[in-house]
Amino acid sequence: MIRAVLYAVGLVPAAATFAMGLADRLGADPVNVFERTLGLWAIRFLILSLCVTPLRELAGINLLRYRRALGLLAFWYALFHVTVYVGLDQGFDGAVLLADITRRPFVILGMVAFLIVSVLAATSNAWSIRHLGRRWRAVHRMVYLAGLCAAVHFILSFKLLRVEPLLYAVVMAVLLLYRLLPGTVRRGRLAQR
Amino acid sequence: MSIFRYPRPPASEITPRSVWLSRRDLLATGLAGAIVPPGLMGSAPARAAPLTARSGGQSAEGLTPTPFQDVTHYNNFYEFGLEKTDPAERSGGFHPHPWTVRVDGLVAHPRTYDIDALLARPLQERLYRMRCVEAWSMVIPWIGFPLAELLKEVEPLGSAKYVAFESVVRPSEMPGQSGVLPVLEWPYVEGLRLDEALHPLTVLAVGLYGQTLPNQNGAPIRLVVPWKYGFKGAKSVVRIRLTDTRPATSWNLRAPDEYGFYANVNPEVDHPRWSQASERPIGARGGFFGAARKPTLPFNGYGEQVAALYAGMNLRRDF
Repeated sequence: MIRAVLYAVGLVPAAATFAMGLADRLGADPVNVFERTLGLWAIRFLILSLCVTPLRELAGINLLRYRRALGLLAFWYALFHVTVYVGLDQGFDGAVLLADITRRPFVILGMVAFLIVSVLAATSNAWSIRHLGRRWRAVHRMVYLAGLCAAVHFILSFKLLRVEPLLYAVVMAVLLLYRLLPGTVRRGRLAQR
Repeated sequence: MSIFRYPRPPASEITPRSVWLSRRDLLATGLAGAIVPPGLMGSAPARAAPLTARSGGQSAEGLTPTPFQDVTHYNNFYEFGLEKTDPAERSGGFHPHPWTVRVDGLVAHPRTYDIDALLARPLQERLYRMRCVEAWSMVIPWIGFPLAELLKEVEPLGSAKYVAFESVVRPSEMPGQSGVLPVLEWPYVEGLRLDEALHPLTVLAVGLYGQTLPNQNGAPIRLVVPWKYGFKGAKSVVRIRLTDTRPATSWNLRAPDEYGFYANVNPEVDHPRWSQASERPIGARGGFFGAARKPTLPFNGYGEQVAALYAGMNLRRDF
């Protein structure tokens, strides 16, 4: 039940921005605003999904059953973001898209992040967990690489270094570095409770 | 004096002043006024005065001007902040009057021009395409005069090869000049080769849409070079200096691999992070499906007039 609400609420930013765009309320460059908004929410949900483990280990708050929903929301936003880039922004121009995806590190980083979250979304069901067994954890550790790529992609989406993407990158870096802490440190805190 | 003829749409395609004025009123009082207290809007050009200008030529080419609201509320003017909305929202405290422009360097007669004297010159309207390096574009009815007029008055010396344009530095009035993260070196400096500066398409604009320049568009005087990316158009210019060496320019200093000195609009030379083959027209209205991308033209559509300036050059290298 709570998960259904999480999905519904999580998709509100996409729906609201889409409605504003249809009503011509997104300013002078509506496609660009929509594209950026969707990308930003993809990163936000990616960050939230990466917060679940440290929250459990450091604060004893167990949100594990919502992690899949958060990850899937990140995937949906990434999918919307890429769809707007391919369709609304570039108008399905194959030559431009091919050049973007093969030549520009900025776009390649975004695409790598998108491909990873797509694989993770596709293998997020119970059947995959059962059949992949141990390999499932290994596959889903790729989320760290997705987070790294997404954060750098966000920084590169501006002409200059900007405060906002740097803040997101710092948060992402902290969450990723946390994973490098020795297990004794992390579980030690958990055991103390 | 002869009038330079440049590609220009028929008068019937230009939004009549009364129409866009009424649209503005509607926006200001109806929509924005309901949400934002009038004192906070700070977007209305404080000292806008009407300007009269004669037409700068004619052509059958069909260009539709970008609405006044977008021309004045979707700006890159980093002296006021990094967001497109910052210049309109944060330039209310800027004082473009009194103002002088110093023209010196390698010239026979260095001079300081008062803005009132410049505004009193015979002015022309130039309806130009504006192509931003970020791959969006506008069509703007500028009012101004050819830069060549000023340059001829000060008489460049034979040794003069380049012209540098320096924007004003006023951290107290320009909040973007005192940020935490490094933005650009202030003053903002742009430059042209002398022959580019003397080209009849190159103008110093003192107005747009029939009135003096709003602060957010580079009041009281700015450079407009329609065949180059928008960042070449230095705003709020205080000094024009003729030199024998290529001036160091702001964006080129920040990222030389992304922003060349020439910065001619060229659909075949991409920005490292995005394609320059096409552009998103701004202000088409109608939301997402208002305007599809359109192909970017070599020299922004002014190749017939300016391509000869670059004969024999490798424009991929000298981008």
